[in-house]
Amino acid sequence: MSATTTRVKKNHGPRESLFSRAGAMLVMAICTFYFLVPIWWLFVAATKDRADFTTSAPLWFADFNLVENIVNLANYRDGLFFQWMLNSILYAGAGAAVATLFATMMGYALAKYDFRGRETLFNVVLGGVLVPATALALPLFLVFSQVGATNTFWSVFLPSIVSPFGVYLARIYATSSVPDELVEAARIDGSGEVRTFFTVATRLMTPAMVTIFLFQFVTIWNNFFLPLIMLRDEKLFPVTLGLYIWNSQVNQIPEIRAYVIIGALLSIIPLIIAFLSLQRFWRSGLGTGALK
Amino acid sequence: MANRIARAGGALVLVSALALSACSTGAGTDGGTDAADACTPSEGPVTLDFTTWLPGMEDAAAIWNEKNPDIQVKVQTGPNGLGGTYKNFFNQIEAGNAPDLGHIEYDALPNFRVQDGVVNIADCAGVMDAQDQFIDWTWSQVTFGEEDAVYAIPQDTGPEALFYRADLFEKAGIPIPTTWDEYAEAAKTIREEGGYITNFSQSDINAFAGLVWQADGQWFENDGEAWNVTLDSPESIMVADYWQGLLDDDLVATLPAWTDEWNNGYNSGDVWTWVSAVWGANSIMSGAPDTAGNWAVAPMPQWNEGDSAAGNWGGSGTAVLKGSEHPYEAAQFALWLNTDPEALASMNKTANIYPATKTGGDLPAFSEGLDFFGGQNIYDVFAAAGAEVNPDFTWGPTMTQVYTDVADGFSGAISGSGTLTDALTDGQQKTIDAMKAAAIAVNE
Repeated sequence: MSATTTRVKKNHGPRESLFSRAGAMLVMAICTFYFLVPIWWLFVAATKDRADFTTSAPLWFADFNLVENIVNLANYRDGLFFQWMLNSILYAGAGAAVATLFATMMGYALAKYDFRGRETLFNVVLGGVLVPATALALPLFLVFSQVGATNTFWSVFLPSIVSPFGVYLARIYATSSVPDELVEAARIDGSGEVRTFFTVATRLMTPAMVTIFLFQFVTIWNNFFLPLIMLRDEKLFPVTLGLYIWNSQVNQIPEIRAYVIIGALLSIIPLIIAFLSLQRFWRSGLGTGALK
Repeated sequence: MANRIARAGGALVLVSALALSACSTGAGTDGGTDAADACTPSEGPVTLDFTTWLPGMEDAAAIWNEKNPDIQVKVQTGPNGLGGTYKNFFNQIEAGNAPDLGHIEYDALPNFRVQDGVVNIADCAGVMDAQDQFIDWTWSQVTFGEEDAVYAIPQDTGPEALFYRADLFEKAGIPIPTTWDEYAEAAKTIREEGGYITNFSQSDINAFAGLVWQADGQWFENDGEAWNVTLDSPESIMVADYWQGLLDDDLVATLPAWTDEWNNGYNSGDVWTWVSAVWGANSIMSGAPDTAGNWAVAPMPQWNEGDSAAGNWGGSGTAVLKGSEHPYEAAQFALWLNTDPEALASMNKTANIYPATKTGGDLPAFSEGLDFFGGQNIYDVFAAAGAEVNPDFTWGPTMTQVYTDVADGFSGAISGSGTLTDALTDGQQKTIDAMKAAAIAVNE
């Protein structure tokens, strides 16, 4: 009865419904606009040559020089920019892969094995989520200095392969998605613990792993402070640090501005690819979980 | 399993203990003595690390490496000094793995001196003898007037002059201002024409310092015992009042410096002049391409008619950082880098540096007129200005903080809260507080 009244009331006031719907759309439109305009600006700016960049309207095209700009960027300092892109892909790709493996293993262990100190350990890891990576950069630098490993690939890679948030996520996910009975069954069938983990658990945990991978990939890709402190050899720089350094040279070499802009545009492409291609697993995985 | 976890926890503790001990050993660096550090050649071949943010320094290093097989220089890079490299230097000095050589701007050098981060290379062969090759004021920037002390080899300078739109001044029939009074008069006429005489940057505090420098003002002085802070010196206040007057009458633009808006202000002809350093030529050429051929350069306007004082904005040196095992070789390279014509030409080509040597202005790159400036050889003006820079101007040990605090005040003044003078008097107190907090001796 009361439901009917509500519906009647609602039908009586279509203006309100329209209004709230329009309001929601408006808020979303503004948000979309807010997020897309800088990318649009970046794209437009990357297609301009230097003269047009200052003189033409910032949000619309002048002469289309995108290809020339990319060629110039590739030629500047023997393609140093693409070395940086490769480095970033290596740091972020390999780092996120290893981090995902470690986080999943630990999350699985915390969820499926009962041992003394389990909760303490878990809480320590959770505490790690609260410590910002920036705060750890300087201590890490001093530690790496002690072993003489600063300014090496490892000084950026090793700190990237831990993901406390990933452990947290993996534990939660393993608890709910890997049934104890299944693990037990695998044991009865004679599968070792490691084999069970890799053949059974990882299949069930794929959505969590993809999430961890994506999070960690983006975190490493955007991690700027650690490489800034650790690295001095420009051949080792990730793309974020390289572009920042170029940007700080604009006063000396004004033409670098164009390289920074086109470089910034190119540097977001791998992130877009990573998201679009992994999103699929994400959704299908979550769907599988729901069916169960 | 539990055992394994306990061990992992132990490793964690170990790591944090390492970090702590690294901190404490770093903090205990020996206090700076006034005597020059010992400087003897190393045995056998050495490799030097050199960190700089100047683009293309590899080219200059390659010339040296070719000639000196036993002293190889490896160039490393980073963001500009305030953008992170100074911070890195200090971290690396603490951790004991700083590069042998570092690029340090004059305004940051006192900070490195106070924190004992640079080697006194006065006793290294040839360093003291090189004094005559450098423009006098650059030498006092790297020695701080101390006896038997050299903390860096001067590399480049930024003598200031007046960039102006020759075509617009001619069309409007305005004479090129030679004094700041005339400049203010011209500002009024230009405002009636619909333009602005210049843009006042709220963020480039070192540019403002250059104006104070020209007016014979001082912001810092070290009497050997303690620092005197004089951000509110009479000359400093005079310069601030002058610009505040122009701001109050809306005679200068207040576009944020180094942005596209700012470039566009010059490119569109809204802004007619810029008092800037020699390297500013590149900024104008790239930021205002449509105005090519219409610019010219004149000496800075003067406070007293007939004077020829000039300010300076920017400039840096090559320092040997604490912890270097090869100060002798490092000093040799720094000397060569900043005096050898081939090296100077290379750095000018890749990074547009304007050398700090007396003969640096004779480089072929500086002998020709530039089309952008109607064929004028602008470097003649800057070379003359370089000789007129007051040699006694001293930077303080906490310039990063000074820049931040004064810039806060300046942007307040531009948006209407307070004045430039207030910003300086506030900055004065904040600077004294900051120095006290850093345990630097300072007179109130």
